[in-house]
Amino acid sequence: MTDCVECGAEVSLHDNLEVGEIIDCTTCGAELEVIDVEPPELDKAPELEEDWGE
Amino acid sequence: MKVGLLYSRIRKDEKLLLEELRERDHDVVKIDVRKQRFSIREPPEAFEGVDVVLDRCLATSRSRYATQFCEAYDIPIVNSAETAEICADKVKNSLALEKAGIPTPNTEVAFTKDAAMQIIESFGYPCVLKPVIGSWGRLMAKIDSKSAAEAILEHKATLGHYEHKVFYVQEFVEKPGRDIRVLAVDGDPVGAMVRSSDHWLTNAAKGAETDSFELDEEATSLVEQASDAVGGGLLGVDLMETGVDENGDPEGYTVHEVNHTVEFKALNDATDVDVTGEVVDWLEAQVEAEVTV
Repeated sequence: MTDCVECGAEVSLHDNLEVGEIIDCTTCGAELEVIDVEPPELDKAPELEEDWGE
Repeated sequence: MKVGLLYSRIRKDEKLLLEELRERDHDVVKIDVRKQRFSIREPPEAFEGVDVVLDRCLATSRSRYATQFCEAYDIPIVNSAETAEICADKVKNSLALEKAGIPTPNTEVAFTKDAAMQIIESFGYPCVLKPVIGSWGRLMAKIDSKSAAEAILEHKATLGHYEHKVFYVQEFVEKPGRDIRVLAVDGDPVGAMVRSSDHWLTNAAKGAETDSFELDEEATSLVEQASDAVGGGLLGVDLMETGVDENGDPEGYTVHEVNHTVEFKALNDATDVDVTGEVVDWLEAQVEAEVTV
């Protein structure tokens, strides 16, 4: 568990977390980026950009 | 082997790749492209000793430049800068397919609203207006009328980035409610799926339903040709059926684009193929070939 940086709610995390992974806060819907795994640390994910995607 | 995974977001696709590479005891270095500084003289420290860099950049612009730097440093990169350059841009993509004689939807490009309007009127309605850079089906417009065309062109010209002032107009293909995505390694299909939707856009990212698809000889050949046309590598080739016969079999195909930083999680779920395993097999073979050269 760690806190959402947007709304402060607890965010449950799965086991095989990777730095760079995006997690959704189920309370406020914010997209959060995993910036560290030991201990887990989250930050707001970057906004979608025009040239993103395959 | 030592693999540098160049990324900015770890999607499910990257997680699958990381898991597979680690299971096979490869040394994997995750390289966050946002933290790198690319010198024109020497590679960033993070690239030291890697046998291959796997470009998984989410942003097309980063992918285009990072691949060029890797090639300048003589670091093998998948996919190549040439492939990234062609696939990143729908104009270059269409030109490459046409030049190779591969059936592809008729496409014209103009740089002003008036010239774009002339194309649209000559194609007739509906036709399709696409951004030259973009993905996941975003900002695609199916144009059904002259008034819609005028409005969309005005919006793009006024509100859009300069690339939206390159008007890429394509004929509308009456596909049978689905298109086909093939993942291929140097033209060799790993797996294929159909993406079906009631909506005219059938991207998996738009929520289309996916199912496995058996490629026939013609489709297999087109995938190989399309891969060659853009320089090969790990690619997602998108085809549409131009019609189906009474048995539901395709009457022909058109290749509308080839994607270079291909997402494969939907394909992995839709087929029995171990897509990730096959991709890593191919990557290992690439490195092996590089070492033995």
